[in-house]
Amino acid sequence: MKVAVVGAGPAGIRAVEVLVAAGLRPVWIDEAAEGGGRIYQRPPAPLKRDAKALYGFEAGRATSLHAAFDALRPQVDWRPETLVWHIRPGAKQLHTQSGPRRDQVEYDAAILCTGAMDRVVPLPGWTLPGVTTLGGAQIALKAQGCGIGRRVVFAGTGPLLWLVAYQYAKAGAEVAAVLDTTPFATKLAASPGMLRDAATFAKGIYYIGWLRAHGVRIAEGVTPIGIEGEAGVSGIAWRDPGGREQRVDCDAVGMGWGLKPEAQLADLAGIPFRHDPLQWNWVPERDVAGRTAIAGHYLAGDGAGIGGAAVAELAGARAALAVLEDAGRMVDAAQLSRLDAALARQQGFRAALDRAFPFPRALAAGVADETILCRCEGLRAGELRAALAADHAPGPASELNRAKAFSRAGMGRCQGRVCGTAAAEIMAAALGSTPEAIGRLRGQPPVKPIPLVAEPVA
Amino acid sequence: MKADVLVLGGGGAGCSAALHLAQRGARVVLLERGLVGGQASGVNYGGVRQQGRHPAELPIARRSREIWGRMKALVGTDAEFTVTGHLKLARNEAEEADLVAYLDTAKEYRLPLRFIGRNSIHREYPWLGPAVVAGSFAPEDGAANPRLLAPALARAAREAGAVLLENTKVVSQTRDVDGFLLVSEAGDEFRAPVLLNMAGFWGGAVAEAFGEPVPVSPLSPNMMVTEPVPYFIEPNLGVVGGNVYLRQIPRGNIIVGGGDGESDPATPWSRPLAEVSIEAMGHAVRLVPSLAGVQVIRSWTGIDGEMPDRIPVIGPSGTTPGLFHAFGFSGHGFQLGPAIGAIMTELVLDGRADVPLEAFAISRFAGPGDGGGAKA
Repeated sequence: MKVAVVGAGPAGIRAVEVLVAAGLRPVWIDEAAEGGGRIYQRPPAPLKRDAKALYGFEAGRATSLHAAFDALRPQVDWRPETLVWHIRPGAKQLHTQSGPRRDQVEYDAAILCTGAMDRVVPLPGWTLPGVTTLGGAQIALKAQGCGIGRRVVFAGTGPLLWLVAYQYAKAGAEVAAVLDTTPFATKLAASPGMLRDAATFAKGIYYIGWLRAHGVRIAEGVTPIGIEGEAGVSGIAWRDPGGREQRVDCDAVGMGWGLKPEAQLADLAGIPFRHDPLQWNWVPERDVAGRTAIAGHYLAGDGAGIGGAAVAELAGARAALAVLEDAGRMVDAAQLSRLDAALARQQGFRAALDRAFPFPRALAAGVADETILCRCEGLRAGELRAALAADHAPGPASELNRAKAFSRAGMGRCQGRVCGTAAAEIMAAALGSTPEAIGRLRGQPPVKPIPLVAEPVA
Repeated sequence: MKADVLVLGGGGAGCSAALHLAQRGARVVLLERGLVGGQASGVNYGGVRQQGRHPAELPIARRSREIWGRMKALVGTDAEFTVTGHLKLARNEAEEADLVAYLDTAKEYRLPLRFIGRNSIHREYPWLGPAVVAGSFAPEDGAANPRLLAPALARAAREAGAVLLENTKVVSQTRDVDGFLLVSEAGDEFRAPVLLNMAGFWGGAVAEAFGEPVPVSPLSPNMMVTEPVPYFIEPNLGVVGGNVYLRQIPRGNIIVGGGDGESDPATPWSRPLAEVSIEAMGHAVRLVPSLAGVQVIRSWTGIDGEMPDRIPVIGPSGTTPGLFHAFGFSGHGFQLGPAIGAIMTELVLDGRADVPLEAFAISRFAGPGDGGGAKA
């Protein structure tokens, strides 16, 4: 049986581990040079540092995954620095690009462990040099051993906000402020649910406490006003819960409001999506074992709906077992029930986490007309709103793909991965509808840009 | 719902028919299974090209070009129509001979065309690769934004009084003494003495329902667009044989077409094919070598209807009074759409059109003794 695993993060590593243990030699593909995923990204050799410094509390988990990856690599068809840019689910083919090289991979079963990306709300000034996502800020620190600035503000909401701020401060960077759009009371209300994973919850509390203890300016329940600067970032302004305007000088901003699945391949594979009311994301539909409506196609990890790294490890192993089960192979029943129970336990925690750090819908819906919405196309929010108006020359757009066709929102290099969430909120607010009814941007190949070449190398 | 004319299909041609009919006071109801311009009319390359067409299409293309020129006045937007010229390229002697031969056709139909030989083609267009040996330039041609045309025509048609119903899939079409009866999936009934079948690939099923089946097959042109790069390709580019065509829009993106994707018209669903995209990329870079390394950011396709002789079916039904067809544009109907609507309006309201349509008669597909069979 030919199995392809896309992604070598926590889900992909545990999936491949199960497959190799069953005697298979899967094709394993990742855009990165090494396994670990974005969360446990390893620095290039000259920048190697101690795991504790790189991953903090997660050092044990990171080290274990890296060791598993290193042991698996010689036992699989490992394809690093390779993008899967198209999938043909009927013919069961993946199309890949690696540097100038193009290949086609045939499979009987594919496990897509494609991970997540930051969910972003456009703010005035968010396209200035010096503004990056929380995930981007974290990768700069982990992989390149550098910060995004000398005096950094982190803004947004979610566990990553506090973790990255902590990691920067711990690494010696000056964290000028942490601005959380979620009020303290919202988080407090969700905390009983988060006690279902007391250890993870405790880590979160620790990061916040550490930052407070070290005198980092912290503001919760804020409404960002905008990032200031001309050629680069010079400060950020916000309104506090009392409505007072505040600002602080900084030369870089890391921002993000939770994560969204990188689910383009699932989309191209024809897997149906649903709008998850808690995560407030479109997520590909799958069962607890990662099976989808498209036979032979399995999902695991954050690409199948945000669950975090611990869930991803469990889900990766579970999806690989599902592949084996579906192929009629014997699987360890005890292992199955252990995984299913562990995955079920995590669900309650995850739901509480989503409630603790809700997506700021009003902030996204209210992006000012003159603020850049789609940075790929240089499109301002007002231009999207104009495409919804009754007097728009080609007619008003009633759903997201039509709005894209009319306004170009989401038509650029990122294909709406960055602006799609906010665009849907803007549309929903303008039309008195919901993001669910507005729809989601249709995926089109390539998943990420690929170069024009005269003669492909294969 | 009762009307004077029912239009099946909300592509560019159908929306134009609704507009032109409504402008002349006819009560029109247009039924579209998805959104207007959702398939071939909305997802095509955007070429507004007369050069290279089958001679029978040239009078329609000439008429359409005139409408394109006043599109803004007609529908409130020019749909980004830009007269860039169309440069058709030859890559060998046989292709060059083809270009030369077409000059006579163009002359006959008063289509301005300028032949550019080996000595000047690279002087005039220094960015063309050595594979190119000659070209033929049509100064009146250009390109437009296909995403805007059908919706803009639809909006203008509505303003002129036509009723356009989107997300309305017709599940049965019949004709009795009272005229045509269309029934939608939701069970709504639509009646009129005249029916225009402008349903693209699906027009074949409509024709078949009235006893005149035609060999139409789904066609899904494989399209790509690159990231924006500095603007340097002014003309819309094509080649003899048509295995690649490309144009750059002033904001920098390059749209590249060539080959066909895959589709399932029943869903409907369509998707570009990786190997077809890769082949078209190769052709594009050989045509314009400096495109090497430019990133493709998206590819797409849709569903059109293709006839075996690659020209559409246009004109009255051979079996059913009051039924008129215009479908099967075989991948090059975008430019024609505006005129098709005007011509269908004339066929319906005046009983004649001012362009010859014999070559497009549906009867060309009727086998011996197969011309009857009216259901009415």
